Amino acid sequence: MNSAVPPVRAEPDQAQAPPGPLKEFWQGFAANRGALAALIVLALIFLGALLAPWLAPHDPIDQFRQHMLTPPLWQDGGMATYPLGTDELGRCILSRLLFGARISLTIGALSVLMSMIPGVMLGLVAAFHEKTLSPPIMRAMDVLLALPGILLAICIITILGPGLLNTMIAIAVGALPGYTRLARGAALAEARKEYVTASRVAGAGLFRLMFITVLPNCMAPLIVNATLSFSSAVLETAALGFLGLGVPAPLPEWGTMLASARDYIARAPWVVTMPGLAILISVLAINLVGDGLRDALDPKLKRAQ
Amino acid sequence: MFTFLLKRLALLVPTFIGITLVAFFLIRLVPGDPIEVMVGERRLDPEAHARLVQQMGLDQPLWVQYGSYLRQTLSGDLGTSIVSREPVSLEFAALFPATVELALCALLLALSVGLVLGAVAALKRGSLVDQGVMGLATVGYSMPIFWWGLMLIMLFSVDLGWTPVSGRIAIEYDIATRTGFMLVDSLLAGEPGAFTSALRHLVLPALVLGTVPMAVIARMTRSSLLEVLREDYMRTARAKGLSPARVVVVHGLRNALIPVITVVGLQTGALLGGAVLTETIFSWPGIGKWLIDSIARRDYPVVQAGILISALIFIAANLLVDVLYGVADPRMREQ
Repeated sequence: MNSAVPPVRAEPDQAQAPPGPLKEFWQGFAANRGALAALIVLALIFLGALLAPWLAPHDPIDQFRQHMLTPPLWQDGGMATYPLGTDELGRCILSRLLFGARISLTIGALSVLMSMIPGVMLGLVAAFHEKTLSPPIMRAMDVLLALPGILLAICIITILGPGLLNTMIAIAVGALPGYTRLARGAALAEARKEYVTASRVAGAGLFRLMFITVLPNCMAPLIVNATLSFSSAVLETAALGFLGLGVPAPLPEWGTMLASARDYIARAPWVVTMPGLAILISVLAINLVGDGLRDALDPKLKRAQ
Repeated sequence: MFTFLLKRLALLVPTFIGITLVAFFLIRLVPGDPIEVMVGERRLDPEAHARLVQQMGLDQPLWVQYGSYLRQTLSGDLGTSIVSREPVSLEFAALFPATVELALCALLLALSVGLVLGAVAALKRGSLVDQGVMGLATVGYSMPIFWWGLMLIMLFSVDLGWTPVSGRIAIEYDIATRTGFMLVDSLLAGEPGAFTSALRHLVLPALVLGTVPMAVIARMTRSSLLEVLREDYMRTARAKGLSPARVVVVHGLRNALIPVITVVGLQTGALLGGAVLTETIFSWPGIGKWLIDSIARRDYPVVQAGILISALIFIAANLLVDVLYGVADPRMREQ
């Protein structure tokens, strides 16, 4: 009798199963076509930075004095060995841009880490000690916020002196209050929820509550903020370089390149155009990716748009 | 409203103390002996050095030094420039109007263009116009303004020869300073030629400085207006037969502007930071260029004062925004 009845098994219906969190995130992100294109551009820039020693036709600080201010390939007098032309000292601009991408992206990424980690910790500590530690932490953040980003960076560079590491520190300090405020706000909202109370009642210690119970649920706004502070770090690095307060001269930093190129606006416009385009395209790509991340991670914000 | 203001002011006291601490330690943290930092390159004999240490109170404990610095600052004494030997407050007063004129024009430009573009994008949501405006806004928001300034100089000054490259007014005009605003002073002097010259000098810097705020205001206006357009009172306004223009401008924009006020306040920071870059590109004689030049000359009393003043301006702007917010939306006062 048994053998006659085919076993009925509940096949999971692929079409109706809810997408996993990663897939859902990707669908949200890919729906924004600008963000998708920007992600590709950003990946190319990363690749160019990574492979700079192999892609660059020349050493970024080698001076070819006999080919000073050579125009780019598509202009009269352009040379195939210097596809984007050379600068006032005969250095290959393409090579300098590729190696410059390493500097900008490294400073950007490291300064994000240097502000995100302490910033989030301070924010969580403030959220879990609302009466005692929160006021001093938040007032200190108010002081940092009282100076607009680039001015705070200038102030710190004045004390520390210019340089690669000091640029990172200066930019990271400026981005710190944003993370602290966001983390505190998100953690305060989460801490009122039942699952946190449950965890506390079950005997979770403060450390576990802060970093394992609450933090993962505060990540969405922090990740979006990280992309925004990444793009402003790239911009500020270039601005400091332009003002002569950033990465020192022989290094091919994009802003520093612009500072030395100013005098050649009329004679050799490409010396000015190229580094600026590199900055604009990178910052634009990061911002668009950030918009896509926000759409994908924060459905509430998306609906409001 | 009054208690709201008092509470807001009380919150500023710790911020103010923090800022003065930062400015106070700025000179003391710069590597090297403060006296040598102060006198710059010149050599001092030990006797003069000791006299200066005593004169400046550097032999006192730090908190006493900070106390006297705070007292000086509160009484309006911002120290003396090492390079020009002039009181910093005098130099500041002479340069500040130039920055204000530039920043006000930039903000005016950003507000007028940003509001219109944002509103148009919101009303034509999803259209090509909307996509174009939002695309431009994203580019503007990502713009390295120091490069943007150089590009505009290249196009309008070098290639087309329409605008001057630097300064506030052509040298042939000698305009008496009354308000410090070149546009106003040249009109008061009754010289239309000078006014045109001042205007032509101002256009590019104001555009460069206004670009980022313009993009931010356009984005904010669009999203805020989109939200307002869905409100019940908008449907009511349409249902009772008001003209579409009246519905959008009086009922829509007016309510949509409240979040825009906050954004404009925050943009004061972008204007202050941007002024440093813009003034450097266009050799605009304002406090941003003054600050950068002073860093290059190691004129630390000026840097110290410049940082303090910039922070105070930013704080004041944010306070003003909070007050405006309280006026525009009474619910905010309760919080």
